[in-house]
Amino acid sequence: MADVEMNGAQNGGRKQTPAPVAEKIAVLRWVRENFFSSIGNTILTVVIGVFIVKFLPPFIEWAFFDAVWGAQTHEACRASEGACWAVITEKHRPMLFGLYPYEEHWRLIIALIVYVGAICITLTRRFWHVKILVPLWIANLAICCLLMWGGIFGLTFVETQQWGGLPLTMVLFTGTVVFGMPIAVLLALGRRSHLPGIKAVCVTAIECMRGVPLITILFVAVNVFPLFLPQGLEFDVMVRVMAGMAIFFACYQAEVIRGGLQAIPRGQYEAAEAIGLGYWQMMVRIILPQALRVCLPGIVNHIIAAFKNTSYVLIIGLFDILSATTAVMQDPLWRLFTIEAYIFVALIYFVFCFALSKYSQNLEQWLDQGRR
Amino acid sequence: MADQPQTPKSDNSILNSIAFRGIAYQVLLGAAIALLGWYLYTNVNENLDRQNIATGWDFLEEPAGFGISESIIAFDSSQTFARIFLAGVLNTLHVAFFGIILATILGVTMGIARVSRNWLVAKLASTYVEICRNVPVVLHVIFWSSIIRLLPHPRQAIEPFDGAFISNRGLMLPFPFDHSLYPWLGLALIVGIAGAVYFTRWARITREQTGKYIATFWPSIGIALGVPLVVWLIGGAPLTWDFPALRGFNYQGGISLSPEYIALLIGITVYTAAFIAEIVRSGIESIHAGQIEAANALGLRRGFVMRYITIPQALRVIVPPTASQFLSLTKNSSLGVLIGYPDLVNIGNTSLNQTGQAVEAIAIMMLVYLTISLTISGIMNLYNKLVAIKER
Amino acid sequence: MTEANSAATNDTVIELKDVNKWYGEFQALADINMSVKKGERVVVCGPSGSGKSTMIRCINRLEVHQRGTIIVDGIELTDNLKNIEAIRSEVGMVFQSFNLFPHMRVVDNLTLAPMLVRKMPKKDAEEIAMQYLERVQIPEQAYKFPGQLSGGQQQRVAIARSLCMQPKIMLFDEPTSALDPEMIKEVLDVMVELAEDGMTMIVVTHEMGFAKTVADTMVFMDQGEIVETAEPGKFFTNPDSERTQLFLSQILTH
Repeated sequence: MADVEMNGAQNGGRKQTPAPVAEKIAVLRWVRENFFSSIGNTILTVVIGVFIVKFLPPFIEWAFFDAVWGAQTHEACRASEGACWAVITEKHRPMLFGLYPYEEHWRLIIALIVYVGAICITLTRRFWHVKILVPLWIANLAICCLLMWGGIFGLTFVETQQWGGLPLTMVLFTGTVVFGMPIAVLLALGRRSHLPGIKAVCVTAIECMRGVPLITILFVAVNVFPLFLPQGLEFDVMVRVMAGMAIFFACYQAEVIRGGLQAIPRGQYEAAEAIGLGYWQMMVRIILPQALRVCLPGIVNHIIAAFKNTSYVLIIGLFDILSATTAVMQDPLWRLFTIEAYIFVALIYFVFCFALSKYSQNLEQWLDQGRR
Repeated sequence: MADQPQTPKSDNSILNSIAFRGIAYQVLLGAAIALLGWYLYTNVNENLDRQNIATGWDFLEEPAGFGISESIIAFDSSQTFARIFLAGVLNTLHVAFFGIILATILGVTMGIARVSRNWLVAKLASTYVEICRNVPVVLHVIFWSSIIRLLPHPRQAIEPFDGAFISNRGLMLPFPFDHSLYPWLGLALIVGIAGAVYFTRWARITREQTGKYIATFWPSIGIALGVPLVVWLIGGAPLTWDFPALRGFNYQGGISLSPEYIALLIGITVYTAAFIAEIVRSGIESIHAGQIEAANALGLRRGFVMRYITIPQALRVIVPPTASQFLSLTKNSSLGVLIGYPDLVNIGNTSLNQTGQAVEAIAIMMLVYLTISLTISGIMNLYNKLVAIKER
Repeated sequence: MTEANSAATNDTVIELKDVNKWYGEFQALADINMSVKKGERVVVCGPSGSGKSTMIRCINRLEVHQRGTIIVDGIELTDNLKNIEAIRSEVGMVFQSFNLFPHMRVVDNLTLAPMLVRKMPKKDAEEIAMQYLERVQIPEQAYKFPGQLSGGQQQRVAIARSLCMQPKIMLFDEPTSALDPEMIKEVLDVMVELAEDGMTMIVVTHEMGFAKTVADTMVFMDQGEIVETAEPGKFFTNPDSERTQLFLSQILTH
């Protein structure tokens, strides 16, 4: 018979022995586990520690202590050894707003606030109803277009050639997503079609677009597209570029949506058909709402990519933030401080993309919970 | 009591037949595409005629009329467009090849670092990944290009070690002089690698037959490198380095990597490596802890657990998305057009501007990339079929 | 039957002395003292969170105890790698979620450890593997992948995999909790047979029918400590502790 002592049973309570010190003090334990858990780990910690001590202080000195902040002249920047953040104070208007007339910048700022507000509302799960989102975006786009174009209500008209900087980035981004998503859904459905003709066309389109760099698509939009149109018919270059980027985005997004469609069990299709729904009714009311939910994180990831891809218009001469910055930094007085300007632009991209990707991770967790 | 709904009468109209409708839709789509295609084609021809732009592929035989700053094959402006496009393709493949190798090394290291138990290592790797992923690759390339432009003039070049020079004209490295022994060394390397493969195979068969385990990792590397080493020693161990030396405004000798090449390489490598790091991390995390526990409970050593349990399963998860990242990197090499590296897109763009034949130039570019892309997809599909884990 | 076994071989194969384990501030195991003799079958039961899994996972070092001694087959369990490897070769473990290696065929799952740890030639290892597959009654599945088998079949493969190392002791961590009801019986039958062949076993389980058939000793754990231990006869009809009584009343009602 196994030999076992009875512990504390008579007391009816549990005998609590305090944990050994190394376990008890949470910080000590955390430090030990994470930095010194093994010989290899300890060596790694020491090596990295040395590295940090050697490189971090000089960097911090350059970036903060020796740096020139605020509205200074370029001579002040040249005189100092640190970073020249004054270049941002000096140049931020053309960087952010491009060629837009200086006095009208307030319109752009309001438009940006409205736009960002609309995005925040769209991302909040509480407002996920078609009845809320569609009017929201129609109003959003109407207000933004009104503010940016002007021409009525006493606002001076500003043509699209002068749009630039952050608003242009936002316009391209919005156009890409808004026009791209419906095309993506159609392509995804077409690729899963039973009709070989339709399937072949969709597969060819998707694989071709995914196999070529975005740059070539932009070249097509700028150089080849005008050739397709009869004489006299012209489209604004921005519209052409948006069309190209939208189709490019749609092909990648179509693959994600196709994954979502594949995840819906056959039973859903069968149930919908059994109650007599037609193809489009079934898709719109039953299948797509579920499929889009399933692949939402993938969709958001591609939306983030679309935002980053707006920077490619630098190649064809449209003035999004990056392009405007590059143009502005040709100024011979401030040329030495191009790096600081690019860091500023990188920060803008980083904030937007990082926020969206954190949102996407959050979304994934929420979806996982729902599925259990 | 309500009346029963009328039974609908049978409908024999062909318009409602599913099969007919299916065929009809496809025919309609085909007709629409054909019509659109014809419309666009006639417009294109009209417009090209109007602007006096030539069509057709004859221009490929014409002399290019412009030179390029670097090329693997010898090139001057009197040679044909066909040749200059070839030079562009080779340049693209050149930067893509090294980009893929470097991005893989960096990405795998960062991916493993992200799941390290050392908090410092994991946090540093996370920071790298988040910063690099969330900044567009265009900005990466331009950023590095700007940094290189800020480097000192060759006369004040930085010399990290003997014979290496970093300046705003690029990176110079010493390179061994061409020697008659080198083809033999190449052959010896191939023999060495074959030997290592055979050795590994022999070790496995021996283990299966007798149970004795023979370590294969370091010995294989030893064999693969040892054979060329022996050949080199036999050949008299020739090693003369061609050191870059400052002549006039720049260095001559050794090998040089142009600033455009370096900026493009670093930019696309750092960007792609961040994505590869995430893929590697998710591959490692996809392996259930229970697997490792079971392997440990059976008494398997850490090395064996890595080799037989962790890595085979992780690779299945890691390889397909990584292949697609490689493809992405190759496509991103087209950013050479931004900073002056003569890759395919840069050359295509210049040709387009010289000849006005936009359609042909762009078609060439797209075809090349499409071929590369479909090849890699095909290989990937093959790999997936081979290693698929069968389920019910 | 129990007396005959104990009389024949009186050596202790597992000994836990004053074993304590903490996760941070939380004490998972409190002063565990237990010893198991060769051929003995111990069933450990208790509410969830009572530390039963933690305890048996400490025995093959899947968890690390901070205080106390664990001695398995005469070898003390410490940080020493050689000791740990030696112990793991003698102790087999069957998990709740089977943990078969999905990328290898069933027969390869079974032959991996004998080939790499006991350095057996492949042919011998495969022979042993087929023997044990027959013992768990699924020899025809040898060349399939785990994903192609049912839950009950997978767990039986997992048992065979541990047996291929010919361990002296088998640990079972809730082996049937993840199975559909109709497959529980096939796994329990294999375990009963194993017990009748004289294997030393420690089984953490809720299957009281199995416990009544097979156990030599019942151990009840709660909140990290061993509350009561007794022979099954006494344990089920007249347990000493109130907590034991409460637990039994909860799980035996349905």
